[in-house]
Amino acid sequence: MTRRMSLAVAVLGGLGALAASGPGARAAEAQVMIDNFSFSPAELTVAAGTHVTWTNRDDIPHTVTSREDPRVLKSPALDTGDSFAVALDTPGTHHYFCMLHPHMQGTVVVQ
Amino acid sequence: MDETYDVPAIKAVSGKPEGGQGRRGLLKCMVWAGTGVLWTVSGGVPQSRLIAMAEAATPGAAASAAGELSFIQISDSHIGFANPPNTDTPGTLREAIGLVTRQKADAAFMLHTGDVSQLSKPAQFDTAEQIIREAGLDVHYVPGEHDVLVDDGRAFFERFTPGAAKGWYSWDQQGVHFVALNNVQDFKAGGLGNLGAEQLAWLQKDLVERSASQPIVVLAHVPLWTVSQEWGWGTDDGAQALTLLRRFGSVTVLNGHIHQVMQKVEGSVAFHTARSTAFPQPAPGTAPSPGPIKDVPAGRLRSMLGVTRVSRVQGQSGLAIIDTPLGA
Repeated sequence: MTRRMSLAVAVLGGLGALAASGPGARAAEAQVMIDNFSFSPAELTVAAGTHVTWTNRDDIPHTVTSREDPRVLKSPALDTGDSFAVALDTPGTHHYFCMLHPHMQGTVVVQ
Repeated sequence: MDETYDVPAIKAVSGKPEGGQGRRGLLKCMVWAGTGVLWTVSGGVPQSRLIAMAEAATPGAAASAAGELSFIQISDSHIGFANPPNTDTPGTLREAIGLVTRQKADAAFMLHTGDVSQLSKPAQFDTAEQIIREAGLDVHYVPGEHDVLVDDGRAFFERFTPGAAKGWYSWDQQGVHFVALNNVQDFKAGGLGNLGAEQLAWLQKDLVERSASQPIVVLAHVPLWTVSQEWGWGTDDGAQALTLLRRFGSVTVLNGHIHQVMQKVEGSVAFHTARSTAFPQPAPGTAPSPGPIKDVPAGRLRSMLGVTRVSRVQGQSGLAIIDTPLGA
């Protein structure tokens, strides 16, 4: 896995295993589920450095895409069972949506 | 005339028909029973009549008697989708193409109103293209949001809209002007389908010198009218496109995306959405989400999938639209 700027990204198929954390570090983890065309929880607050993983449990693909540029969250289309993991290292608020179904929206606050 | 005529009866395609007296009640039952509905619009006054299954299934029976131009619409083949209620979307697409082949008669061409694939994968495009080719008709495509997931849709446009790098284009056929629009890119958070300023400017230029008496057919994946704000079934700047179209005497807007037949008439503009060839979606407000209807009653899937045939009716300003399901 590459680490660019302050974030690390992995897209994982199938089982939705979590991204490996750095050597010796045991990062906090948080999960967001996608069910019935909605993110749950839709609002999530985490400590800086937390690995956040989105998992699509719908039969229809979805994306996790930042609302604002630059797009810190930018997943490819997640098929059924796919996961997308990001280490959010910098405090701030990330508003995101699904590029396929833009009525689906969520927020991650990094403290 | 600006009266609005809604046809809620068509919702019955995704639910049990309700009893009822009069034409609407009858339509519900007949649609559920798998009968075609012939829809004509004349001078802004919508008229519908039922066609017996046998007549609907007879190649060109209604259309050849009525009009000089016919074409077929298919939609939402979602090749790559393999979950309940349909684990064989290539199979149902092939059945749809078989129905097209039996019905095509004098059809001039076919339209595919998007979501050819589930995930924009080359193999999915290959499979769809090979099956659709079996109809032996020229096909005009517009992209669905599932078709432009990779590289801003370049692979889709190169393959399915050659010469139209952004997926919008127009052509004329036997006096009818066809406009293909792309309303599935650059979605905004919280928004609906999107045409964008560049495409609207192109549309304005495309239409500006045309006579108001020329029939116009618009195809786009997401409905240009708002079917459901909550589910994102509409186009944010669709009203701007419709403003450009309103001066024409006959406008027919053909969409997909919602995997069920819905019709609406506003003045001289008739809106119609086609069934999918892959899986049905619920009517707005009848389910927690717009996802596939999974619990389709045994043996009923094919009553919820289908193809659409459109004909220009000689001497009338509108077009006749016949929806035929794949099965009862």
